[in-house]
Amino acid sequence: MSAIPMETGLLLAGVLFMLGLISVMIRRNIIFMLISVEIMLNAAGLAFIVAGSHWAQPDGQIMFIFILTMAAAEVSVGLALILQIHHQLKTLNSDAANFMKG
Amino acid sequence: MELTFYIAAAVAVLATIMVITRYNMIHALLYLVVSFMAVAVVFVTMGAPFMAALEVIVYAGAIVVLIIFVIMMLSLTREDVEQEKAWLQPKLWVGPALLSFVLLAELVYLLVIADMPAAPAVAGSYVDARAVGLALYGPYVLGVQLSGILLMAGIVGAYHLGRQKKKVIHRFLQEKEPQKERSAVL
Repeated sequence: MSAIPMETGLLLAGVLFMLGLISVMIRRNIIFMLISVEIMLNAAGLAFIVAGSHWAQPDGQIMFIFILTMAAAEVSVGLALILQIHHQLKTLNSDAANFMKG
Repeated sequence: MELTFYIAAAVAVLATIMVITRYNMIHALLYLVVSFMAVAVVFVTMGAPFMAALEVIVYAGAIVVLIIFVIMMLSLTREDVEQEKAWLQPKLWVGPALLSFVLLAELVYLLVIADMPAAPAVAGSYVDARAVGLALYGPYVLGVQLSGILLMAGIVGAYHLGRQKKKVIHRFLQEKEPQKERSAVL
């Protein structure tokens, strides 16, 4: 089980995080930005799992559970915000929501 | 077990690349499910099967289905896909992608030159659900309570934000069907 070097797992987490970061920067659609944030959170959780597996301690998996909880709460609030923006502005363009006048 | 890890890692990276390059949201979400499944396989090879199950249930199950429901409520059309294609011009994504690759190269360099502390001499790195549960409700019980508060705040916030407020217009400003509106108020 411990044949996989820790660097490889952390590299995978880094690559996934970078892909999510690129996507959240280049997209203008709010739903795609939310999906990218999910990818980044998942990569952060993967890094915790890799570290917890390296030391054979349960702490990494517990941190992953907390990240999972946070992602669930974040996606529900984010989707409610997206619905509200689509209802108000009739578009999903995040540039259309930059005036913030209540 | 090692080969399984590398195959799953390659599938995860490829599926994530497909997610961030799709123009159609549903296609991107289906690739996202594949990516989460591959990460779950990585978790199994890392000796965390309980987390693999949670990944499939919560990420690939609940979160993706929630996003799909919202996309269905928005009733997007083919014009939105065309709009997405128009937004994703190479001159827009080359800059951020290059800068992110520079950051990734630095991360790879730091990981390569760093000497990782050796793993303690334990039999395998398998951590079962029992150990996780004991630690979760032992030293980390405060975190569990904070997670409960966070979920409660999430529920209340999602309900409050997702409510469609009825527009209230003064009756002098109403143009259509004032008669019907008055009867509804009474």
